[in-house]
Amino acid sequence: MTATTWTRKDLLGIQDLTAEEITFVLDTAAAFKQVGKRTIKKVPSLRGKTLVNLFIEPSTRTRTSFELAAKRLSADVINIAASASSITKGETLKDTALNLEALHADIIVIRHSAAGAPHFLAKHLKASVINAGDGAHEHPTQALLDAFTIREKKGHIAGLNVTILGDILYSRVARSNIWLLTKLGARVTLAGPSTLVPRVFEQFGCRVTYDIEEAIRDADVINLLRIQHERQCKTMFPSIGEYAAMFGLNKERFARTKPDALIMHPGPINRGVEIDSEVADCSRSVILEQVTNGLAVRMAVLFLCARGL
Amino acid sequence: MKPLQIKGGRVIDPANEIDEARDVFVCDGKIAAAPSASDDEVEVIDARGKIVVPGLIDMHAHLREPGRSDQETIETGARCAARGGLTSVVCMPNTSPTADNTSTIAFIKQRAAAVGCVNVFPTGAITKGLKGEELAPIGSLKRAGVVAITDDGSCIQNNDLMRHAVEYAKMFELPVLDHCQDYNLTANGVAHEGYWSAALGLRGWPAVGENVIIARNILLAELTDWCIHCQHVSSARSVELIREAKQRGVRISAEAAPHHFTLTDEYLKNYDSNFKMNPPLLTAHDRDALLAGLADGTIDCIAGDHAPHCTHEKEVEFDMAPFGIIGLETELSLAMELARKKVLTLPQLVEKFTVNPARLLQLDKGTLSPGADADITIIDPEQQWTYDVGQSASKSRNSPFHGWELRGKAVMTIVDGKIVWRDE
Repeated sequence: MTATTWTRKDLLGIQDLTAEEITFVLDTAAAFKQVGKRTIKKVPSLRGKTLVNLFIEPSTRTRTSFELAAKRLSADVINIAASASSITKGETLKDTALNLEALHADIIVIRHSAAGAPHFLAKHLKASVINAGDGAHEHPTQALLDAFTIREKKGHIAGLNVTILGDILYSRVARSNIWLLTKLGARVTLAGPSTLVPRVFEQFGCRVTYDIEEAIRDADVINLLRIQHERQCKTMFPSIGEYAAMFGLNKERFARTKPDALIMHPGPINRGVEIDSEVADCSRSVILEQVTNGLAVRMAVLFLCARGL
Repeated sequence: MKPLQIKGGRVIDPANEIDEARDVFVCDGKIAAAPSASDDEVEVIDARGKIVVPGLIDMHAHLREPGRSDQETIETGARCAARGGLTSVVCMPNTSPTADNTSTIAFIKQRAAAVGCVNVFPTGAITKGLKGEELAPIGSLKRAGVVAITDDGSCIQNNDLMRHAVEYAKMFELPVLDHCQDYNLTANGVAHEGYWSAALGLRGWPAVGENVIIARNILLAELTDWCIHCQHVSSARSVELIREAKQRGVRISAEAAPHHFTLTDEYLKNYDSNFKMNPPLLTAHDRDALLAGLADGTIDCIAGDHAPHCTHEKEVEFDMAPFGIIGLETELSLAMELARKKVLTLPQLVEKFTVNPARLLQLDKGTLSPGADADITIIDPEQQWTYDVGQSASKSRNSPFHGWELRGKAVMTIVDGKIVWRDE
């Protein structure tokens, strides 16, 4: 695949991508990663293009990453947060987006609490729409940066045992990772409380287990997810304390992982809950590298989707 | 009004166990046994190749008036019904104000009479404001002319209150229609809990949220020995529960909606809010169970749950969109598909739109017996047509069936001997 055979203007999810497209984004990101190491970190790829970060659901990490990625590609960037937008005055998402397009926005990066919101926008807009997380559905750039990090550290993805641990049901990161990793040939194990890791996920080509010891024992990569208080009803599990005791990656459990197992987390991390500080800060933890790689991956995604505009 | 002679059609009148080629005569708004005296005055309707049936009844529609006449009015809803071959529509009480008082019922009846298109039968609320807290004045509602009581759109969660509602309604011989939904189990749900809700990241709505209320209703119908009708039954387990209860003689009945027996949750994959309804679309397994339930009589009626919403209300994020679709114009054609697929015989199909709802609601309708009101639907079983929601008589456009190629269509709708719709 080459940049000319990439035809997508939108990145709505990993589920619709082919393995070839995924690999191509990762390869493109590798080139952009080099840009970040130069003294002058800016390239002119998107000069004259306008990118809008439309964040209907709050986010700091992802928004900052997209903003910086766009700026390094020389795009003009506008940030809109729900609390400061006309959405609080009753404007619909469709109207907000049409107004942005009337201002000649070329790329809209959307974060929204409702699954499918990016698809809804893509249907109504000519602009490029990038999904920066839609409800519990997908977070494609997170999965791409996770894959980029794994590939960089392990050299390949096919054949690896990847365990995703935590709140799977409400996690868009989990879903995007599942689609991506299975497409690239990794074996994915999901683990966590049974109420948050329903068996239906087996239908996506994953293994589901409620035995954390078994889930982490053979893992080459352990990806920890945050317990999302804001998305859960109170009936899902007893307490954060019990979660930490039953499923947290503490020192004892960490000692029983493979000696070269990578520890990943999409952030924000809750120390002492899903991960102990010693584990989060250890040499096998690549949590901050994920953040760095996110920049390169988002540059690649913006570059590829916006080049045809 | 000229007398009518509907000539040469296949007449299917399940109430009289008739299925044969014959003529139907109408005189003075009633079905007549023989042609009227003076031949030259009679309007002859050529029904060769058509099916002539008692006027179809939809026992579940939201006409939105009073309160939301931007979505639908009794007039536009009635015109939709006529185009869909329906001669009677039972309207739900979740209007504004709620139909929990006699004035609202009087208003609905007045509007329907003024429109003079199809019969509109109002239902009254079970509880005040559909809040599930205090009983509405059910006896007075009956006097005002409701044919049943229901909190449709809402479900009474308090089992004690539901029990007393049914006991009280029995005194007035009013059937109780129930929208079966446990709110705790379905909290925030927007899509059937299963493969597609998981894949699409939509909040799951488990089928058990319907099943537990169906089970509750079966037990209460048994306890009170009175009729509870389960509205828009959608899941396989619900069908099994009702089948088993009916075998024991429990006074429980059920309806199914065309969208539930036609579509599955796979249609949600593009997040099109025109596929968002309550209860949500379920799996192929559930759809097949509904078909089996229709075939063996577990499900008594087909009802569209016509639920108009403005385009701007539906054209939002899937989570935020209101539940419901319009259905009056497409339900007959979608049901005809069941006859073509041999799920139902034509008489069985007609039964579910005529004599069955009429019996459940004690309506003096649903038959072509001489002397009965001349409500008649003439169906062309082979006509192929494409549903264009832009041409709908409804004020709303929220149909998932826009652009669908359908086969079988009402070509004439007659109410009280008057032609209210003729397909040109």
